[in-house]
Amino acid sequence: MITHDILVVGGGLAGLSAALSVDPRLSLAIVSRVHPLRSHSVAAQGGINAALGNSPEGKDDNWEKHAFDTIKGSDYLADQQAAELMCREAVPAIYELEHLGVPFSRSPAGLIAQRPFGGAGFPRTCFAADRTGLVIVHTLFERAVKNQVKVYDEALVTKLVVENGRCVGVVVYDLASGQILPMRARAVIFATGGYGRVYLKTTNAYINHGSGIGMAYRAGVALKDMEFVQYHPTSIFPKNILITEGARGEGGHLVNNKGRRFMEDYAASAMELAPRDIVARAIQTEVDKGNGFEDEYVHLDLRHLGQKKIDKRLPSVREICIKFGGLDPVEKPIPIQPAQHYSMGGIDVDAHCASALPGFYAAGECACVSVHGANRLGGNSLLETVVFGKIAGREASNFVSGLEQKDASERTMFAEAQAEKEKVEAWISRSGGKMAHHLLNDLKVVMSEKVGIFRTKKQLEEALEKIREIREDYGRAFVSGRCLRYSQAIVNLIEFGYMVDLTEVITLGALLREETRGSHYRRDFPRRDDARWLKHTLVRLKDGKPDVSYRDVQITKYQPQERTY
Amino acid sequence: MKYTFRILRFDPAVDQNPCFVDYVYETEEKKSLLEALMDIRNDEDCTLSFRYSCREAVCGSCAMVINGRFDLACRTMLESLGTSVIVVEPLPNLEIQKDLIVDMEPFWRALFAVEPYLFSGEKRPEKGYQIDDRQMEKIDPYVNCILCGCCYSACPVVARDERYLGPAALAKLYRFVQDPRDLRGFKRWSRVNTETGAWGCDTVFKCNEVCPRKVRPADGIEGLRRRLVIGKLRSLFKREK
Repeated sequence: MITHDILVVGGGLAGLSAALSVDPRLSLAIVSRVHPLRSHSVAAQGGINAALGNSPEGKDDNWEKHAFDTIKGSDYLADQQAAELMCREAVPAIYELEHLGVPFSRSPAGLIAQRPFGGAGFPRTCFAADRTGLVIVHTLFERAVKNQVKVYDEALVTKLVVENGRCVGVVVYDLASGQILPMRARAVIFATGGYGRVYLKTTNAYINHGSGIGMAYRAGVALKDMEFVQYHPTSIFPKNILITEGARGEGGHLVNNKGRRFMEDYAASAMELAPRDIVARAIQTEVDKGNGFEDEYVHLDLRHLGQKKIDKRLPSVREICIKFGGLDPVEKPIPIQPAQHYSMGGIDVDAHCASALPGFYAAGECACVSVHGANRLGGNSLLETVVFGKIAGREASNFVSGLEQKDASERTMFAEAQAEKEKVEAWISRSGGKMAHHLLNDLKVVMSEKVGIFRTKKQLEEALEKIREIREDYGRAFVSGRCLRYSQAIVNLIEFGYMVDLTEVITLGALLREETRGSHYRRDFPRRDDARWLKHTLVRLKDGKPDVSYRDVQITKYQPQERTY
Repeated sequence: MKYTFRILRFDPAVDQNPCFVDYVYETEEKKSLLEALMDIRNDEDCTLSFRYSCREAVCGSCAMVINGRFDLACRTMLESLGTSVIVVEPLPNLEIQKDLIVDMEPFWRALFAVEPYLFSGEKRPEKGYQIDDRQMEKIDPYVNCILCGCCYSACPVVARDERYLGPAALAKLYRFVQDPRDLRGFKRWSRVNTETGAWGCDTVFKCNEVCPRKVRPADGIEGLRRRLVIGKLRSLFKREK
């Protein structure tokens, strides 16, 4: 049986960072459903935040101001110690990345260049043109090659294995061979990313089904603040590919069908660079009022930046517009609309990335520390992956080094794998029923129509009911054809079970939270209510049902104030 | 619009040889080839296998041969092909694992052979590096590479000699050699001063032509050659360590 000290599940930025910080004396492997370079982290465009103070306008910046912006941006739901930790570690983390080989764009003085981003008091976002995620993933992967990190790629983890209250490994569906195998470990780190594909309109890759979050939930770990779903303001219509916030950071304007920069009405001083929750709602409101185009989108106008600046700073945006939108942003404004982009919530972990299940850690988008609270600032997600990935690798190493219990029994491991095989067998042996892509589409429709940017009690109740119906349908799932090798239908069905769970948790959290905070907007409760709701939602599986509890937010020195921009 | 997709299908575990299978596909929307393949898989045959992830030309998963041209399926719009018969094949120069999925192992092996990582100094500068933007611009085209494998598959030298490192790996090496932070010595990287390394290139520039990211790997190979010649001359005069 494949056995390692530590398994890192996911080969994106959080997973690679974790792997690189694991104690080299331990046996380590990355398990990923795709090759690490195909991870969704490569799609991050705009940049990564750190208060370097490299630009003249940013010379008074420091990590405390970064922490304040992050906490205010979170609508005060972030745990302040964790946000401070992240912002303090940001500066050395960036220099470390540069030293590993990340080709950051340069300032006129030859330093790492920084651009303004939403909700930030200073130009603080370090970048490599508009392919920041791509170059950081490649750099960390290169380092993993140098360190000869073992990678099992195209291997979908299907389940966490728990024995005697401790996480002892995973079950894996190996796509190339079609086999379902146990993998034993003394600690498991999840870096499995977000769940964008439970929505119809998302900037996320096709692989972002969020099943990792659901596996943790099924293993009894709590999910935290799942009702907070970030919509990115600017995805290109109609393909919903991300157009980076950097486009506004470089000076792009949002314009409605009257030719007006409407952000004036929503965030008069920050304008286009207000935080994402505010800008996304503003755009949707304009479209709903009839101030959009084709009742779908508004314009992001970059024309005044000129071709030279666009080519230097936003080359991928131009390429995306030409290839996927059929227009050149040098000549025409870009049609944009909000689309699901990021999950603030996730697997409940502390600032050491440890969950309540011994031996199980999580980092990156799948985790909720919480540093983003109710709304994440642009440029903070790459930062989170790098800082907390590293912490997860280190903490898991310490855990394993101090572990006295023996490895899991082979019998447990093989029994778990056998149960997974039987599940797949059942889908294949059926001659009819529900197909994976139909189930997926049904779920997406519910989430998009009823658990979107604007929410009401009625819609959320309807959504919960529908989700529970879809769970029934999942019991009648089937796969046509017997080929188990590279079967995307099997991948989708395995993941779908977890997607149903996590959409239920998102919706339930949203229904119970009777206030508006950050990305969670309730039309029936349009104000923030600190007296009742300055707390984290925790949902765990108890006797097969979601069990909801709450936990106070950690406050250090930033008292909640009204959030204006 | 009605299309006929002629897709090369092959499951080495079952089939003797790869063979083309036709699928009729109708759509009114502006679809990418990747979206069309997903529809065909969902509606016609769920055992049709191909790789994909980002759908925005940045992850490098879905390289294939489309009507004889190398490209990413996600960034190829059906209407841009100007034909109603669309022939889809896996990347050549690599073994087929299933349908449009090929074994990338030789490609990765070649990449790893050039030591594709920065040789940075022992200590990192506390306040970061100071590097002129013009120096970084020199490596800009090469860091745009997504390692999709189009160039490797299109390369006529790889086709006849599997020992040849190929365009992507050599361009990656050039990216590091040109990086002002990289401290690898000439001796270390000049191991590519061989017929299966920098001198293997036929300069027919297929790689430049097929790259979906405009990387121009052949320019990198030429750059390596220039550096190799200069380095050798210098070593004759013992100026290079």
